[in-house]
Amino acid sequence: MYAQLVKSEGMKAREEMTPQEIAFQERIDRGEKIEPKEWMPEGYRKTLVRQIGQHAHSEIVGQLPEGNWITRAPTLERKAILLAKVQDEAGHGLYLYSAAETLGVSRDELMELLHAGKMKYSSIFNYPTLTWADMGAVGWLVDGAAIMNQVPLQRTSYGPYSRAMIRICKEESFHQRQGYAVMMKLAQGTPAQKRMAQDALNRFWYPALMMFGPSDKDSVHSAQSMAWKIKINTNDELRQKFVDQTVPQAEYLGLTVPDPDLKWNEEKGGHDFSEPDWSEFFDVIAGNGPCNKDRLGARVKAWEDGAWFREGLMAHAEKAAARRAQAAE
Amino acid sequence: MSKEWPLWEVFIRGQHGLNHRHVGSLHAPDAEMAIMNARDVYTRRNEGVSIWVVPSAQITASSPSEKGPLFEPSNAKVYRHPTFFDIPEEVGHM
Repeated sequence: MYAQLVKSEGMKAREEMTPQEIAFQERIDRGEKIEPKEWMPEGYRKTLVRQIGQHAHSEIVGQLPEGNWITRAPTLERKAILLAKVQDEAGHGLYLYSAAETLGVSRDELMELLHAGKMKYSSIFNYPTLTWADMGAVGWLVDGAAIMNQVPLQRTSYGPYSRAMIRICKEESFHQRQGYAVMMKLAQGTPAQKRMAQDALNRFWYPALMMFGPSDKDSVHSAQSMAWKIKINTNDELRQKFVDQTVPQAEYLGLTVPDPDLKWNEEKGGHDFSEPDWSEFFDVIAGNGPCNKDRLGARVKAWEDGAWFREGLMAHAEKAAARRAQAAE
Repeated sequence: MSKEWPLWEVFIRGQHGLNHRHVGSLHAPDAEMAIMNARDVYTRRNEGVSIWVVPSAQITASSPSEKGPLFEPSNAKVYRHPTFFDIPEEVGHM
């Protein structure tokens, strides 16, 4: 989801595993957490770096669509709330970069891979936020989908990742509720405001469904990640849960989910719904979404424009340390 | 390529007279900035009343391969736990 298409290393049958790999798998099966300095298969480490890195990048790039509305929020209170939310996203990115760094990769290395287009972030952030109602739809749907994915990841096998998830989940509920509150206000407002809310739902529904990644039948990397408990549920399981949770919330708002085939299926105890357009998904992932160039461009610009400042603070710290050392002599 | 800010480990004391507890890490050019960054990253919701930061490079950790020699000896010393001793009920609370 925030990590949608994480390439996992090949799945090994038990008889192909070394005794060390078997012992490792047994620890995971027993529910033990794996900690940074402990032995782990290289594939486990690499897959985690990709997944946690992609997750961190999503948090950071995810600030941009909402940052777009901070200066245009309708009231001072909404502005303060949105600012706090966007600041949380920065924090979430930092927790995750820290978790990735325990695996022997540095934050700057990950940043540079992102900027070079060699690491991905969630496809959802390549869609534009055109109206204030989009702030409602993003909080309600995008953060709602994120929670759906992150709650089970609190039980992931890698200790630092699990602890980052626990911290993030504690803060995430505020994000979804503030979004839904924006939607409620608009849905109960004038007809024009309600139309704005409906329009935001129309535009964000399918991109939100795409956040869980491709359909299980096309999700080639799941088996190994699930065995390692890096992934807890399949993409389709989470998508189904998300739809079932969200449909009644849309009904409460008096808004219509933009899917004519959406209906309750008594037999399976869940909704039947249309799949998103997967060709669009792969196209956005490949870099051709409406905002890919803007988003990555904004990240690269911030990184490059901030270089003199990062270097200046470092130079100051080094000089101050040298002065202290001299004074102590 | 410019020099990366060093990594710091962050410890926070919660509200209730507890020990400082490790909460995570962050990058900062010096100790003063590390405290300020820790305030923003780890205490946005009143999680603490005091912050310690320590350069990560200064931490010495036991290695996972020493787990046995370090911790197994205490397994055999069950008499360190009060429940090892049977005290008759009539003696009362002890």
